[in-house]
Amino acid sequence: MNVSLFIPCFVDQMAPQVGLAAATVLERLGHTVEFRPAQTCCGQPSFNAGYWDEAKAVAIRALEVFAGAEAVVGPSGSCVAMMRVFYTQLLADTPHEPAALDLAARTFEFGEFLVNKLGVTDVGARFPHRVTYHDGCHGLRELRLKDEPRQLLAAVRDLELVECDEPESCCGFGGLFSVKFPMVSTAMAEVKGGSLARTDCDYIVSSDPSCQLQLDGWFAKNLAAGGKRPRTIHLAEVLAGEPR
Amino acid sequence: MSDRTPAENTAAREAILARIREALRVPAPPPHLSGHAAAAAPEPNGRPGLMILPAEAGRPWLPDGGDTPAESLRILADNLAKLRAVFFQVPDLAAAADCLFAQARERDWQRVAWHDHPLVAGILAGIPCSTLRIDAPDEAFDKRSLEACDAGITACECLVAQTGSILVASDSCGGRALSILPHCHVVIATVDQVVPVLADALALIRDRHTANLPSMFSFITGPSRTGDIERILVLGAHGPKELIVILVG
Amino acid sequence: MIARNPIPHPTHAPPGAHEPATAKQQFLADAAEHIRDTGHRAFVRKALGGYYKSRDTQQARYRDWEQARDAASLAKWSAVNRLDELLPRFVAAFEANGGRVHWARDAAEARAIILGLLEQANAKAVIKSKCMTSEEIHLNAALEAAGYGVVESDLGEFIQQLRGEPPYHFVFPCMHVRRDEISDLFGKHLGTPPTDSPEELTMIARRHMRRLYVEADVGITGANFLVAETGQISITENEGNARLTVALPRLHIAISGIEKVVERLDDLAVLLPMLATAGAGQPMTCYNTLYSGPRRAGERDGPEEMHLVLLDNSRTALLADAEQRDALHCIRCGACLNVCPIFKNVGGFTYGTTYQGPIGSVITPHLRGVANWNHLSGASSLCGACTDACPVRIDIHHHLLHNRRNAARTAPSRLEKLGHRLFVFVASRPWLFAAGGWLFRKSLPLAKALKPPLLSAWLATRDLPPAPRESFRAAWQRRRR
Repeated sequence: MNVSLFIPCFVDQMAPQVGLAAATVLERLGHTVEFRPAQTCCGQPSFNAGYWDEAKAVAIRALEVFAGAEAVVGPSGSCVAMMRVFYTQLLADTPHEPAALDLAARTFEFGEFLVNKLGVTDVGARFPHRVTYHDGCHGLRELRLKDEPRQLLAAVRDLELVECDEPESCCGFGGLFSVKFPMVSTAMAEVKGGSLARTDCDYIVSSDPSCQLQLDGWFAKNLAAGGKRPRTIHLAEVLAGEPR
Repeated sequence: MSDRTPAENTAAREAILARIREALRVPAPPPHLSGHAAAAAPEPNGRPGLMILPAEAGRPWLPDGGDTPAESLRILADNLAKLRAVFFQVPDLAAAADCLFAQARERDWQRVAWHDHPLVAGILAGIPCSTLRIDAPDEAFDKRSLEACDAGITACECLVAQTGSILVASDSCGGRALSILPHCHVVIATVDQVVPVLADALALIRDRHTANLPSMFSFITGPSRTGDIERILVLGAHGPKELIVILVG
Repeated sequence: MIARNPIPHPTHAPPGAHEPATAKQQFLADAAEHIRDTGHRAFVRKALGGYYKSRDTQQARYRDWEQARDAASLAKWSAVNRLDELLPRFVAAFEANGGRVHWARDAAEARAIILGLLEQANAKAVIKSKCMTSEEIHLNAALEAAGYGVVESDLGEFIQQLRGEPPYHFVFPCMHVRRDEISDLFGKHLGTPPTDSPEELTMIARRHMRRLYVEADVGITGANFLVAETGQISITENEGNARLTVALPRLHIAISGIEKVVERLDDLAVLLPMLATAGAGQPMTCYNTLYSGPRRAGERDGPEEMHLVLLDNSRTALLADAEQRDALHCIRCGACLNVCPIFKNVGGFTYGTTYQGPIGSVITPHLRGVANWNHLSGASSLCGACTDACPVRIDIHHHLLHNRRNAARTAPSRLEKLGHRLFVFVASRPWLFAAGGWLFRKSLPLAKALKPPLLSAWLATRDLPPAPRESFRAAWQRRRR
């Protein structure tokens, strides 16, 4: 297939290794991968803050950028949810609605693409570590993804997967919520971080770089001395077999 | 504070209804359903776009109530046990009386309250404690005497297997207080009063609507309880601390 | 006989009631304080742990929980969207059974109606069962000010009344209170000896209330459902206090929002079990009682008069918002509170208003005004656990988004709007976006030291990783060569 990478703005600037890992895995599976440099952001920050007119402008541009792409694949549950679930809402009753529906039908989250579109669970990866999985809220509840990442991890050689006691509870990022209500956001990171750390894992696997930012940020400040400090890693990086 | 006039009440009613009508001029979309087949049944009055799932009594998505009377009885007994109600199944009224008397002795009841129903009246003779009939025709209802009784003995409208509930009504089961005020509630029922699911019991209520609708129906599901203190379950909040069901047949 | 005003009035403003003008600041302050109390948060989480287990067990007994949610949501959607037809139908059936209906456009009108009824009845002692609508209209304060002794009969509400606090959670009003605190409370107000047994504490309340049930001449309740088909009101409870409140006093006053209507008695076959399962992890709540009116001829006991106060109080405003109308489908089960990480971390009082948690955050701007209450819609990561938990499929977390959009349209923050406009400007020009990103990465160490507003909020409690040397787009270009 011809895959057009959708690289969220945050991944582009602050976590490029995630995008590179996703491309590596897809190419290894024999697909052609392109990156359209005209892309910038999906518009979610403005959308979530309620500034929908501003978000619309960004969304309309994204429709143009990805016009004609066979499959648009992004390593972020929240950004893919924006494009697939919320663009149609944002652009409802506008001339752009058909294009939004069209894009939604060919946009996929990375793990979802492998399992549900390509029918692949074993990408030939090896990752000899004890890991746990954090279910990012957008991927879980907007895109309805739960088993897909676990199926992929189950096929990784020498990987040990343990579930924490609350895999589905929110890490507390929530976009601008993390800085508008920082105490609440931090309390949520504390609760989820504690649950993840109790698995005594080496890595926390996530399909959402923004969750990674929140959890890593909290761990770095709060689990410094003594105890094991788990690090987050994106699912694509595990599957590309490139631990940091 | 002066009493409100009927005209003021009418004005408020008209204002609210007008606001409702105005608000509903824009239709709201139906909820996002789970993808199961939802039958689009046309409404009798022809209002478009309303979808209603078939109102079969079976409702296969709710918990099981049993497909046969034997199964329903088993589910009922199981649910009553889970609810910590005390359940006895006895062959006839004589056995029911023996069962009741044993409970009275075991709990050291001094006085029990009852209402005049064949099932209840039929087993009280000889009970080893004093009794208070709350629906004696020549006596006024005495709530203070009722409050002092150890148990209230009633019939019931039906028993629901699916939930373990007992349905009582204010006209056929001794009024409102008899089944809620005394510390123990004893229900005497017959096996043919068991219905599989809650919808059957509600249909029973609805069928009585054309005649004299009693002012109260109540589904009783276990002894009274609360989880208010640290979300710990405690039995016997304000209603009866014990629920005893004696099923005859 | 109950003495006048037996419950002591709090001398300070009670928690959980924010002044509208400063509600947002108060929210932030209360949230921060509550979050610091890690013991309290752990206590609440432990209490909820039991609920999750029971709920999961009970939900598994449904043969298809999702289809049950479909049925429940359609029953409420069908009723609310035909309220113009079903509410009058209910009222006609109810009045035919001998009850009287009073219409209240707002809280003040409702209070006046109830006080009028009490005065007419020459009432002395009032006993109440749990009714969130009565909290909404601040009924107790009005009754006490008029000299009536009001006792909350529900154990949790009684405890809160003694503490001078509103309910912490609209199904479990005192879930934040430890048993030793309850023991002290009862010792202080009822003179009972200390105990750490929940059973003993419950028995203390039970013995105290029994006298009051028998003595009270007015019982005030809420209503969970109004059944249009039969003209009955349905009241759900576990303790039996509502049944007692309505069995013995000579006057029954029920208060209900206008949106509680369901069309058919049969709808309760789905709604009653789901209210119990989602709300408390039970198959059925202990007492589900249908009242059609005052005692009928031939009935042995029961009130001589039954009055129902139907309350609008801005529900019609929410009804008029077709996008969010489904918020009126709420059956007040509290499931959304139980799963909300915000609620679990900030507690029920931080919301500062009658209805807490996710559904409270959705409806409060509609009931009390966007300008002062929209921060509740902002105080969410939009995780969506609430929407997943809702037995009637209210689109709760998306409505928080809708509220934010409405606020941005009607009362935007100029600075924020400018910020978003700027971001759009940059995001529409890839070269500018790339340049901006490069600048951000290069200046990050300096920014960490200087700590400008939003960044400082992050850095107070969390670290930021060092910026990568190059962006993805630059690395990709290199890789392609």
